[in-house]
Parts: sequence; structure tokens; C-alpha cells
Amino acid sequence: MTETSHETPAPTTAPTTTPAIDRGQLGLAGFLALLGGYTVYDATTLDVGFADPVGPRVFPYVIGAVLLLLAVLLVVATLRGSRPEADDGEDIDLDTPADWLTVAKLVGVLVFTIATVGVLGWAISGALLFAGAAWALGSTTLVRDVLVGTVMSVGSWYGFYVGLGIPLSPGLLDGIL
Amino acid sequence: MDSLNLLWGGLEAAVTPENLLWAALGVLLGTFVGVLPGIGPAMAVALLLPVTYGLDATQAFIMFAGIYYGGMYGGSTTSILLNTPGESSSVMTAIEGNKMAKAGRAAQALATAAIGSFIAGTIGTMGVVFFAPALADIAVEIGAPSYLAITVMALVLVTAVLGSSKLRGFIALFIGLTIGLVGLDLNTGQPRLSFGTTQLADRLDIVVVAVGIFALGEALWVAAHLRRTPLQITPVGQPFMGKEDWRRSWKPWLRGTALGFPFGAIPAGGAETPTFLSYLAEKKLTKHPEEFGKGAIEGVAGPEAANNASAAGTFVPLLAMGLPVTATATIMLAALQSYGIQPGPQLMTEQPDLVWTLLASLLIGNTMLLVLNLPLAPLWAKLLRVPRPYLYAGILFFASLGAYTVNLDSFDLFLLLVFGLLGLAMRRFGLPVLPLILGVILGPIMESKLREALALSGGDSSGLVNEPLAVIVYVLTALFLVVPIAVRYLLPSRFDRSDDAADDPSDERELVDR
Repeated sequence: MTETSHETPAPTTAPTTTPAIDRGQLGLAGFLALLGGYTVYDATTLDVGFADPVGPRVFPYVIGAVLLLLAVLLVVATLRGSRPEADDGEDIDLDTPADWLTVAKLVGVLVFTIATVGVLGWAISGALLFAGAAWALGSTTLVRDVLVGTVMSVGSWYGFYVGLGIPLSPGLLDGIL
Repeated sequence: MDSLNLLWGGLEAAVTPENLLWAALGVLLGTFVGVLPGIGPAMAVALLLPVTYGLDATQAFIMFAGIYYGGMYGGSTTSILLNTPGESSSVMTAIEGNKMAKAGRAAQALATAAIGSFIAGTIGTMGVVFFAPALADIAVEIGAPSYLAITVMALVLVTAVLGSSKLRGFIALFIGLTIGLVGLDLNTGQPRLSFGTTQLADRLDIVVVAVGIFALGEALWVAAHLRRTPLQITPVGQPFMGKEDWRRSWKPWLRGTALGFPFGAIPAGGAETPTFLSYLAEKKLTKHPEEFGKGAIEGVAGPEAANNASAAGTFVPLLAMGLPVTATATIMLAALQSYGIQPGPQLMTEQPDLVWTLLASLLIGNTMLLVLNLPLAPLWAKLLRVPRPYLYAGILFFASLGAYTVNLDSFDLFLLLVFGLLGLAMRRFGLPVLPLILGVILGPIMESKLREALALSGGDSSGLVNEPLAVIVYVLTALFLVVPIAVRYLLPSRFDRSDDAADDPSDERELVDR
């Protein structure tokens, strides 16, 4: 594994001699500051209990304060050129720029599942989840994807119902399954 | 020999035809999921946890043990055949293992990994049988201040010593601690960070958090960077070893076991260090130094044994103290808790049957792994060819299924997505996963011990250090933090040289168990 493969896929994939600032990390620092700030604020709304010298506030205060500190440290480190080592793996090619469109499609498919699983039931929602995710990842065989997804979702519905006694939401197919 | 009798009792209770069937099913499912690229043992265990929900405790343990060992072996198979380890503990296996595979000796590499895992796992489990009760006896005496100190040490070691970037380690840890805050405060019954929702007041389910961060986060990250050119997969036949392979393997197996078990048993964060040490030791001791770097069987046998022995070793602190030190152990703790079992010093005395059944299950799962996976290896290798859209769509499907079955509430799917996006961001920003997941589960334990300790001392902060053990542990923790820095300053020239040799593995440590 070479050093270059660890580099974050910056928009400019050319091997840079002057390390550009990773702007994304500033966003992460902002998130940390927000998280820390809210944690501290949330703790102030708690009532201090009786006969408890520590109380429910101390832990969130400490954690929130450290998060704020870490946010500052991360900003400093980022401005000094510190870059993250993005995660590598079997199917990961860090040399190409990130394909956020695919990620957005997958998130969309998941949001659709969250919205519909109660109404449509697991058997239908699960099948659509699988087919939708396969489509988002570049599969072009839509009919086969839907079939595979249906087999998996109906199979898992019966597996959980018959094998483990857990009734997943039947939704529209109530009474049919 | 009392422990042996109890273990025998556990084995008698566990070995029934039906239970063996669950063990076999667990091993098959665990290996199946573990072999899939990008999935490490922690993720395999988290994804498959829901499958055990409907079973009674004994059967669930047995199946679980099979999943656990299967998931680990699956990871080794992937790293040998693809040279791209699914988790950091397989990094060392991949170095020589993949060279062997390329030289046409994949069968021998897989065999020495399987048999070495079996031997190390068996010896390691026996180690748990002897050490866990002893530690539990001591742990009963450990008060809240010392327990707090040990928890702090585990978190500091995992966060600061293992990762390559301390700042990113601590960021991950404190995000984890924040997640651990969500829910009712146990002393005053007030919801914290719950945004007024009842689902969040009820504390987050660790399965949803883990599956979101491990499985969904990984799938989304891969989606952003999907390799369009297929990887080279070495074809593999029936695993076997010749006489020479046996002769060269048995010592590394035992040495790896001896290195791995203690590292798993102390709260020092998993298998990365012992597998690395085992690799170095075998490289030094081998009679075939010319083969290292070209596929030396010792370089597979040793680290693989160290990996499994360390995995067994993590059961010592887990069972005796309720303290998980790896991502996989964290999920195991959640699984045990879902059966109403609270690991800790009292467990050994209050529910001995369950403990011995669990330990017997580990032995059964380990044996089943050897019996099933040697013949099935060529089949597992075929799994690596699953089309990627189907593979990751399948991971999304099963992650959603797992999260949904926890409460049959679509709110859990929403949480899954939130943690999936967090997992994606962590991979993008190089934040290690292990400190976060330990923070989630150890944060609440730390807080309750802190409040217990200070309630006993009436709020006086001396209550945190009024036990000798607590002081010793804090001093050790400080040493672990200071010594590496001091060494770097005092011995700059020597450090540079060893840094060179250790370059690759220390890089890899960032990729903590997924």
C-alpha cells in the first residue's frame, strides 16, 4: 500500500507539492462545535438531583467542553495542513474523485424505505430497497433486481415469522402473506 | 481442576444434535458474511445478531460463537485471496498469505490459517476457562474508583496509543461518548439529548448504532469510491498442507497463541499489536528468511494464531469485568445484555451455567469452523465474485432488516441512516471506528462508576483515588501516554530506523476493526 493511496481524494487528484487545506475538515470542526455546544446547552436544562454530588450535568459538561476544544484543535491542525487518511478497502478506489451522486441516490432509497415500510410492509419495502440500491450502484438489470429483492424480502419475512416468531410489518400484504 | 469439571458440564449441556446444527448454521452464516469484501468480524456479528433473537440463550450462544469464529475466518480468507484485509487484525495475514496465493499456494495458506485459528482458539478458550474465574474473584473486590480507572485506561490506550492520529482518535472517542449520553439519566430519570422524543429517551440500541456505523457507513463509503476495475482473485483448490508445511507451521501457531492471548486479555485494544509482533517474531526466527516477502507460511501461521488467541483473550475482561476492549467484544456485550445477562464479576457466581455454556459454545464453534471450512474454502472463494451492486445492495438490505427487527419501528431505520452517514463521514475524515464504539458503550459505565465513587466519598474528589489499584492504573495510563513520546525525543536516530520497518503496519492501525 503506497502513501499516495492514503491521500484523501481531493477535487484535484494531481499529486500536490503544497498540501492544500482540507476544507471538509473545517466542516467537521463546525459539526463538533455544534455538537459540543448543544450537549452543554442540553445539560443546563437538567434538574440537579438530591444526594448525588456529581449530578446529571457534570458528564455532559465535560464531554461538551472537550468537543468544543477538539473542534478548535481540528481547525488549527487543518490550517497547518493536516490531512485525514481516508479509509481504504477491497472495493475502494481512492484514486478517483468521490462519487457523491451514488451516495445521494442510496440515501434517497433509504429515506423512501423509512417513509414507506409502515404502509407497504417489509415484504414490499425490502424488495424495493434492494432493487433501488442495486440500481443506484449501477446495476442495469432492473427486472432481475426486483425479483432477487422480492425473494430476499419475502424470504426474510417468512424466516422471521416462522423461524423466530417475529412478525415484521406486513403492510399492504396483510392477510396475503 | 474445578474449572474443567464446570466446562465439561457446559459441554454436556451444549452438545446435542440440535445445538450442533445451530453451531453449523452460525459458522456458515458467519463465514458467508465475513468473506464478503469490506466486512470484518464486528460487522458480521452485528449484522447477524437479529438472527439469534428468537432462540433461547444456550442455542443463541452456540450460534453466536459460530458466527464469531466464522466471521473472523472469513476475514482471513478475503485477505489471503484478495490482499486487501477487511480489518486491521488481518493485515499481517495478508502480507505473506497473498504472496503464497499468488505463488499457487493459496490452499496451504488457507489451511494453515484455519488449523492455526483452531489451535489458537482452543488454547485461548481454555485460557479464558482458567483466567476469567480467577479475574472475576479479584474483580469482585474492585471498587468503583478502580473500575473507573480501568475504563479510562482502556479508552486512552485504544484512542491514543493504537491510532496514528491522536487528535482524530479523541474526536471519535468524544463523539462516541456523546452518543452514549443519549437517553434517561439513570440517577434522576431525566432524558438527555433526546430532542423531546420518547424513542431517544429510551437509550439508543447499540445494534442500530453499530450496524449503522460499520455496515451502512461502509456501504456508503464504498459507493462513493467503488472500484470499477475488478480485483484479481486467486483461484483456490481444496486446502491441505504437506509434511513440510506442518513442520514449519506448528511452532508459529503456538508462539502466535502465546503472544495473542495476553494482548486480548488486557485492555489494550485488540489484535493489531500481537499479530504485528508475531509477524516480526516469525520473520526473525524462521529458517527460511529468504521466503519472507515472497510467501512464507510462518508469516501466515503466526499472525493468524495470534489473531484468534487474542479474540479469545478478549473474553477474559468481557466476562469477568463486563469490559469490552474490541469492537467485536462490544457487540458481544450488547448481545449478552439482550439475553438479560450482565457480564461482570457477579456473573460467574450468579449464573455459572450460562458462562460455562458460553465457553463450551466457543469450543464447539471453533471445532465446527475447522470441520466445515476446510472443505468449503473453494465455495467461499467464489463469493468474492458476487457483482458489487448486489453485494452492497444486500448489505443495505440486511442492515435495514437488522435495525428494523430491534423494535419493529421505522424510527430505528431513521437512526440507522443517521449513524450510516456518521460512519461515512468518519471514513472520509480518517476517524477510527473503535474509539467511537467503545465510547458509546463505556461512557455510561464510566459515568455511573464516577457517580458511585463520589457518592461514597460524599463528593470529595479524593474518592477517585482512595484505592491503591486506581492509583496504579492511572500511573500506568500516564506512562503509556508519555513513554512513546519520550522515546521519540530521547532516541531520535533509533526511532527513525525502527519506524521504517514498522511503516506499513502502523499505517494500517488506523483501520481499526470494522
